[in-house]
Amino acid sequence: MKRFAWLLLAWPLVAGPATVIRNATVLTITKGTYQGSIVIRDGKIAEAGEKVSVPEGARIIDADGGFVMPGIIDCHSHIAADSINEGGVPVSSMVGIEDVLNPDDPDIYRALAGGVTTANILHGSVNPIGGKCMVLKMRWGQDAHGLIFEGAPPGIKFALGENVKRMGSPSAFGAAPGLRYPASRMGVEDVIRESFTAARAYQRAWHDYQAKVDRHEQAVPPRRDLKLEPLVEVLEGRRYVHAHCYRADEILMLLRVADEFGFKIRTLQHVLEGYKVAKEIAEHGAGASTFSDWWAYKAEAYDAIPYNAAIMVRKGVLVSLNSDSAELMRHLNTEAAKAIKYGGLSETEALSLITINPAKQLGVDQRVGSIEPGKDADLTLFDKHPLSNYAKVEKVFIDGQLYFDREKDREERPRKELRKKALIDKLKAQEKQDKKKPDASEKKGDQPGEPQ
Amino acid sequence: MRPVALCLAAALSLPPLYAAGDDSILLRGATVHTVSGPDIPNGFVLVRNGRIAEVGERIAQPHGARTIELKGLHLYPGMIDSATQIGLSEIGAVREMNDISDLGLFKPQLRAAVAVNPASEHIPVTRVNGITSVVTIPGGGIVAGQAVLFHLHGWTMDDMAVRAPVAMRMEFPRVQVPRSGPSDSPGRTTYPEAKKRYEEQLRELSDFMESAERYRQAKASAGPDFETDLKLEAMLPVLDGKIPLLIHAQKAKTIHEAIAFAEKYKVRMILEEATEAWKVAAELKAHNIAVVLPPTLRLPDEEDDPYDKPFSIPGELSKAGVKFVFATFGPGAEQNPRNLPYEAAAAVPFGLPPQEALKAITLYAAEIWGAGEDLGSIDKGKWADLIVTDGDPLETRTQVKQVFIKGVAVDLDNKQHRLYEKYLNR
Repeated sequence: MKRFAWLLLAWPLVAGPATVIRNATVLTITKGTYQGSIVIRDGKIAEAGEKVSVPEGARIIDADGGFVMPGIIDCHSHIAADSINEGGVPVSSMVGIEDVLNPDDPDIYRALAGGVTTANILHGSVNPIGGKCMVLKMRWGQDAHGLIFEGAPPGIKFALGENVKRMGSPSAFGAAPGLRYPASRMGVEDVIRESFTAARAYQRAWHDYQAKVDRHEQAVPPRRDLKLEPLVEVLEGRRYVHAHCYRADEILMLLRVADEFGFKIRTLQHVLEGYKVAKEIAEHGAGASTFSDWWAYKAEAYDAIPYNAAIMVRKGVLVSLNSDSAELMRHLNTEAAKAIKYGGLSETEALSLITINPAKQLGVDQRVGSIEPGKDADLTLFDKHPLSNYAKVEKVFIDGQLYFDREKDREERPRKELRKKALIDKLKAQEKQDKKKPDASEKKGDQPGEPQ
Repeated sequence: MRPVALCLAAALSLPPLYAAGDDSILLRGATVHTVSGPDIPNGFVLVRNGRIAEVGERIAQPHGARTIELKGLHLYPGMIDSATQIGLSEIGAVREMNDISDLGLFKPQLRAAVAVNPASEHIPVTRVNGITSVVTIPGGGIVAGQAVLFHLHGWTMDDMAVRAPVAMRMEFPRVQVPRSGPSDSPGRTTYPEAKKRYEEQLRELSDFMESAERYRQAKASAGPDFETDLKLEAMLPVLDGKIPLLIHAQKAKTIHEAIAFAEKYKVRMILEEATEAWKVAAELKAHNIAVVLPPTLRLPDEEDDPYDKPFSIPGELSKAGVKFVFATFGPGAEQNPRNLPYEAAAAVPFGLPPQEALKAITLYAAEIWGAGEDLGSIDKGKWADLIVTDGDPLETRTQVKQVFIKGVAVDLDNKQHRLYEKYLNR
């Protein structure tokens, strides 16, 4: 409830007329599929069914027999961020994506045009414990603050395996001249255990301090540690761990370290060998967010199989498919189709991998991930069934607002071309003018003592 | 072929196909998508000696032929990926498992065919989705080496090769300045440096071509003591027009330069990874230059391109009458040639007729590689590279039920499927 109160403050809701999407096949994901309409009011799904009551003055959108599904959710992306890796230290939990959000990244619009409405923006994968993540809605045109999925639980990136070890290898790709610990999977475990040992001590120090304050004793607060604070939040279940991993051994390692310190891994990311330890993943209760069929691009991806998602689903793991790529992000619907081809998931199971399942993994399933009254009106309209390679996105709504409209996009192209041409012509004219008086332009910078 | 087929069938415990003493197979009852002509509902294909002996609506039961009933299913020609690194690269990030490129700028004597690993796990992984042959290209330098077109089945390249070499691959010089990263990072090339290097490379390239041309003339009039130069010798099939130059050129400017280059030296060219082919479509059509496209499923090449530009380019080229084929070589896609049909499918909702999408991964590919009489459609005389599906192979959900390569029903098992069965039953 508290979360929603905050929401009302942050998002003054304009009580406008309702919108009705009609003449559609609606794939609700959680409540079956029907032919009918969806009523949107105040950014929420007000009604969904074969027959709905059309409010007076409602804007009617004819889906023309197309398919409406919940907005696609990508549990692993790096778009809309100016930088994603703080690789100088093995533990970079003090940094966060929130500070480097770039609302002008065209990949936001491109993702939107692929039907994506929500994405988990993660720190990179060169640290056993990386930076803090951000869940965003693809509200193209809003400022950085406006992109943030208000009320989504905070997260943090962990990473295991090759990307992490690489910084400790003499032939490191992109590594600084000095080597950085760890250089092995053994070292990766050590860094995580050391960090949580320190986090526990830090947590205790604050508890002790608080206890003294509560007893009205004199107390000096511990020195604030920005690196350990997020880890204490992890220990207390207030921050989700999204852990990049590949091999079965390192997956088990992390689950056991988490068990030892009494916290949960919210999602295992990539988790390409998850199918080998699906039982253990299910027992721990971790979600798994994987690729559909990437493999063999590095040693730890050589045992990756396109059946990974299906096996984990069958063994009771909460599974999503992610992109980790601004390109793949544009067609997650057909990535989901691969889980039908490889491993025989049903249509609904396959579409769940990119809707309700990632919503649950990110703790936002009360808000998004399915078409149900009361949920955010985050909807994607395809002209054909979204599991078909011949389908394309026609319209995308976020909070009931039309954020992508293919027709409008196409209409605007000639105008954009003209604007671009005008800018280029202006630059060319400027260049020409500059050439005419080379002395003036050159001398300017060369004048000694000229104020800069 | 026959002993190989028998051994393989036995080894993989498939039903022996050639038991009757006649090695013919009759595939009956499927909808036959010939690609070259109209579909034949409830058609048949007779395979003999690895090749297609008959195709049609009705056939007298040939004596001794083994019959496979395919009622309700579909027969398509095997698909062809026109640019991959299958066999040269097993694991992308492991140096020891890569033989894609070598040192030096001019290496026409290097042959991909000799370094393709027939035991690569990528081969069985790729063919189960209906891709029956691929072009594997070498890379690096300016003249990178000789590409090979081969079947995704066989014990050695001798069994597998369709055309070896199929083309000479070249990466046309261009100004290469990294577009991202801090401009003061150590070792980063500045624009003037990059431009100088590009101009030097153009000079070296024309020197190299002049040398090759002089070598050819000298050899034509020389006696038995003529000293062979392996590099220049390797260029003769190109200069004689026997194999095309496969020229990697992305930007319109580079494409223009590549076309002028091919004109000057009178060599046949095929354009590769030409992201801006659409800008020079009229010229490509006028010169009858075919294009190997980069993956359709890619980000727009420019920040301000329409979001769907890469998806709409194949349709635009088709409308402009440019011949093109799809391939999976390019950023992000090179380890997944099995997704070739989806690169073609992705262009369909954005303007490419579906039949053209299919042709660009079958018949057109065979034609541009000079293998039109051997591959690419279900026609009499071609290799029996056939796939049996339960629907449109351009749709992900379609299952490929059986794959024939040179008339042999190949094993549909692979590393990934074995791991699936092993761990599903854990």
